[in-house]
Amino acid sequence: MSDTPPSLAKNADAGTDPAVDADQPSRSGRPGPAPTPFGSVDAVRVRGVTKTFGSRKNQVTALSEVDLTVPSGEFVALIGPSGCGKSTLMRLVADLEQPSDGSIEVFGKTATQARKDQDYGIAFQQAGLLPWRTVSGNIGLPLELHGASRAERKSRVAELVELVGLGDFAKSHPDQLSGGMQQRVAIARSLAERPRLLLMDEPFGALDEMTRERMQAELARIAQETGAAVIFVTHSIPEAVFLADRVVVMSARPGRITGQIVTGIAREVTRDQSLREDPAFFAKVTEVREALHGAPASGGAEER
Amino acid sequence: MSAPATERIGKIVAPVVVGALGLALWQFLVTVVKVSPVLLPGPEQIWQEWQDNSTAIREAFWITGTNALYGLVFGTVVGIVLAALAAWARLIDGMLAFVVAGLAVIPIVALAPVLNSMYGADSQYGRRAIAAIAAFVPVYVNTVRGLRQTTPQHRDLMHSYSASPWQTFRSLTLPSAAPFILTGIRVASSLAVISALVAEYFGGPRKGLGSFISTSAATSAYARAGAYVMAAIVLGLVAYVATVLLERLVQWRLPAGGTR
Repeated sequence: MSDTPPSLAKNADAGTDPAVDADQPSRSGRPGPAPTPFGSVDAVRVRGVTKTFGSRKNQVTALSEVDLTVPSGEFVALIGPSGCGKSTLMRLVADLEQPSDGSIEVFGKTATQARKDQDYGIAFQQAGLLPWRTVSGNIGLPLELHGASRAERKSRVAELVELVGLGDFAKSHPDQLSGGMQQRVAIARSLAERPRLLLMDEPFGALDEMTRERMQAELARIAQETGAAVIFVTHSIPEAVFLADRVVVMSARPGRITGQIVTGIAREVTRDQSLREDPAFFAKVTEVREALHGAPASGGAEER
Repeated sequence: MSAPATERIGKIVAPVVVGALGLALWQFLVTVVKVSPVLLPGPEQIWQEWQDNSTAIREAFWITGTNALYGLVFGTVVGIVLAALAAWARLIDGMLAFVVAGLAVIPIVALAPVLNSMYGADSQYGRRAIAAIAAFVPVYVNTVRGLRQTTPQHRDLMHSYSASPWQTFRSLTLPSAAPFILTGIRVASSLAVISALVAEYFGGPRKGLGSFISTSAATSAYARAGAYVMAAIVLGLVAYVATVLLERLVQWRLPAGGTR
């Protein structure tokens, strides 16, 4: 248990399956990031957050009493059925919504201050590129808005275009790109200002399976290279296990965290085909599936 | 020859052939069937009048064209500014909705005599005002719609960048609206020309194309009236082509292709 991230202990009351804990010592690698140096703050600290939508008469509780801590550099996947509030939780951290109750800290600041300081990069299910801008123009948009000099912008954009492997398409417009390529542009854009936190809302949800697996491998590499903390919303169990240090399982009505599973796949482990075929990977997929369904799944239960 | 090239030639050849056939039929009716020139002046006569009055036609063309241009520019600027205010504040939108609906249904024939006498017999302002009102409506309506084309996700993105309202307007809202604004201007250009022309029928200085058409027709000089009508058609086409070119230019600068 010594290598359990502090956040897990803090959330022990959130209903972690005891079987999960019993399984942890046999993990193949270190979970989560290296221990954060003394005095460094957590990337995200969510305390007792409740979020309700709608009028008093017709109120829907999207999130109820949610606690979540993401240390610097940790890759956390949020998984759960539709309507469990996983996207809402991410949007609260991004300061795109305000919590009805509870507090959210991003790098020790309020979510609003963190947004103003550009502490996070964000990517959505839809690439959301500006169609009248080229690939370079889209990636450079945040830099442009925040007054980076032309030279600075040019060199950073060139770097990012290479990072996501779109060197030949820098001058193309979004409608000339495939869905996967557009999503890569969106990811490059989210990385533009070297954020220490990445917020991703099902960024690969609209892609075909093959593109999706390739993009997952690329994102894992990018996350490893940048060392940023990631909150990754998904509804795919294998995707969550493949990418994350920790999978946070949520349930719907009201949305809350019902379990957390440390994947035990170290950041340094290359995310590739061999990992997908690793029995330890399958074991974690099963574990997450059981946590999602609230009970051991009877054989080959279908995910997604 | 490749299929697209054939298609392109066909696009040019087909209307030319139709035009030539129409002209031939017209000339046939006048010279062979001998339709009275009072009922139908021949193309030859009209061409003759065009040559005889080329200086007057050119001057009239400029006067009406200038009036239409003033009206188009002024109506467009006011339309875009008011639309921006309407998109910014619901209240202004609600206040303007009735005014715009009112302006949209004002017939030129109702307003032209009033404005022409208001500004006096030697002023072009009444006509310009009418062209401006006609141009304002489509620009305003289309711009308001265009400024509402941003997607929630794009707005979230700009919010996440802490973009200022002006930055959001300049880099998201305005480019999203550009195709709509241009459609408005294209419609407005034809309306401005028609309004500037028709306004001349109802008082004011007797110098523009519309004045000469009505004067010629009143003195039974139908061929001369025909020549001025031709000039009016040319003016309308010039305005239309100019705005289509503007639209192409902006589309090339701001391609609005499908995104995901």
